[in-house]
Amino acid sequence: MTALEIAAAVRAGERSAVDVLNEHLARIDDRDGELNAFNVVTADAARAEAEGVDAAVAAGDDPGPLAGVPLALKDNMCTRGIPTTCSSKILEGWQPPYDATVVTRLRAAGAVAVGKTNLDEFAMGSSTENSAFGPTRNPHDISRVPGGSSGGTAASVAANFTPLGIGSDTGGSIRQPAAFCGVVGMKPTYGVVSRYGLIAFASSLDQIGPFANSVADAAAMFDVIAGPDPLDSTSIRDYSPDASAVLDRGVDGLRVGVIRELSGGEGSVDGLSADVLARTNEAVEVLRAAGAIVSEVSVPSATLGLSAYYLVAPAEASSNLARYDGVRYGLRVDAPTTGEMNTASRTAGFGPEVKRRIMLGTYALSAGYYDAFYGKALKVRTMMLRDFAQAYENVDVLVTPTAPTTAFRLGERTADPMTMYVNDVCTIPSNLTGHPGISVPFGVGDDGMPVGVQVLAPALGDELTFQVAAVLEATASGGVS
Amino acid sequence: MSERISRGDVEHVARLARLELTDDEIDLFTGQLGDILEHAADIEALDVGDIEPTSHPLPLVNVLRRDEIVASVDRDEVLAQAPANEAGQFRVPPVLGEEP
Repeated sequence: MTALEIAAAVRAGERSAVDVLNEHLARIDDRDGELNAFNVVTADAARAEAEGVDAAVAAGDDPGPLAGVPLALKDNMCTRGIPTTCSSKILEGWQPPYDATVVTRLRAAGAVAVGKTNLDEFAMGSSTENSAFGPTRNPHDISRVPGGSSGGTAASVAANFTPLGIGSDTGGSIRQPAAFCGVVGMKPTYGVVSRYGLIAFASSLDQIGPFANSVADAAAMFDVIAGPDPLDSTSIRDYSPDASAVLDRGVDGLRVGVIRELSGGEGSVDGLSADVLARTNEAVEVLRAAGAIVSEVSVPSATLGLSAYYLVAPAEASSNLARYDGVRYGLRVDAPTTGEMNTASRTAGFGPEVKRRIMLGTYALSAGYYDAFYGKALKVRTMMLRDFAQAYENVDVLVTPTAPTTAFRLGERTADPMTMYVNDVCTIPSNLTGHPGISVPFGVGDDGMPVGVQVLAPALGDELTFQVAAVLEATASGGVS
Repeated sequence: MSERISRGDVEHVARLARLELTDDEIDLFTGQLGDILEHAADIEALDVGDIEPTSHPLPLVNVLRRDEIVASVDRDEVLAQAPANEAGQFRVPPVLGEEP
């Protein structure tokens, strides 16, 4: 059953939310031992929530558009009184004193949170292997990674542990794991979904978004979490989208662009595999057949995205993660002075990838290197905004692969950070520009693993990404060779 | 191994970041950070002239709320999550007298 089917049945009193929950908890019991999607399953709290939903239905009240739908929360979303770790030893056992806005909104819509999912520590990674609590495995092939950093949420949705999941995307951390696990994942325009209660990685890039098994389910969830929030000063004031309303509009007459620099052809970045490019081209042909007008556009600075991102994101992270000092929350390693205690706590609490990025960011911001690296990376962001603005003068949406390859094997890319970072080459530009993007499953690669195709739109074009994804989904599920 | 960053640089940056690295970690990071910076050479070499930097993807305006008392996070609940607290405050080891 889809999330929307569950919600309809629960609202109509045809199914009890407690039964729905128990069914999903049983699946988690069965299989999460091998997948490790969850850091913690909060079965008792979930039962209490589900009982509340059933009680509302019995009383004749409407529990909301996601009534009784089990939900997975990435473990960097604050949940009051429930451990929130970012898959880091430095926050092990910490129980936030408040809920993230997305958690509050989803609960108010009737969704039932069943637990907190694994991620790369502090969302830094593309495989969910950088977790202090062990890697998550891909439900389609447990020798492979689920992608990352929202790998636990992606695996939970793909394994049908939960029909819906929440992730965060700083450089592709929703879209790439969605592609690897064969589910829908969407990064909204920066500021459309409140970041209040999302533990910060890189504040000018982070954005929360939905995971689901269908475009319609993802849209329904997006509609619940999107919209202004006085608790997030970067929240966009006057935009309350209704993506569910546009899903059947089709793409007749829509102008679709293919980015030359991410097309695998001349002038493109390297490393995009042939099977993924083939699926992407088929997706473009599907849109053309449905009436879209297809053209190639150039976004020259897209080739600089990776370098710019791996300066900007670590720089912001090095500043954001300065707060983990053993004083107010999390791990403290005792030492004679506060300074020594700070260093000892951070040294013991952070894992290798987090240390690497703190080091890189601190270096990029340090005296003598600021202008050469960080300052220039910020100017590349401006170039990218201009290049995309120019591209969007001629097209309405852009289509690219989501990730350069299908899911790789555990351990295959952990030795050399750069081989891991190139995973993000197609997703990073929309974080640097703040634009929305969605990954929708579209066939499989030569290895039989899912391929995701990405649809990008200009700022506040969130609804349009769902509209185009719905057309691709209809064809993909109809069986494209 | 790349020569873009020295062991001395890595040790200095680790001090700034309040991290203590083992000799092996210093070696590893010297190589890996060098490789990442080598990749960023395309940006370092760029002639960006008078392009304005973008630190934030969308134009931001300062947000002020009404000066009204509203419910806040509970102090005891916050302090209960701290490694040590005393008299309604976070408790830390001595600060004075240590090296900056």
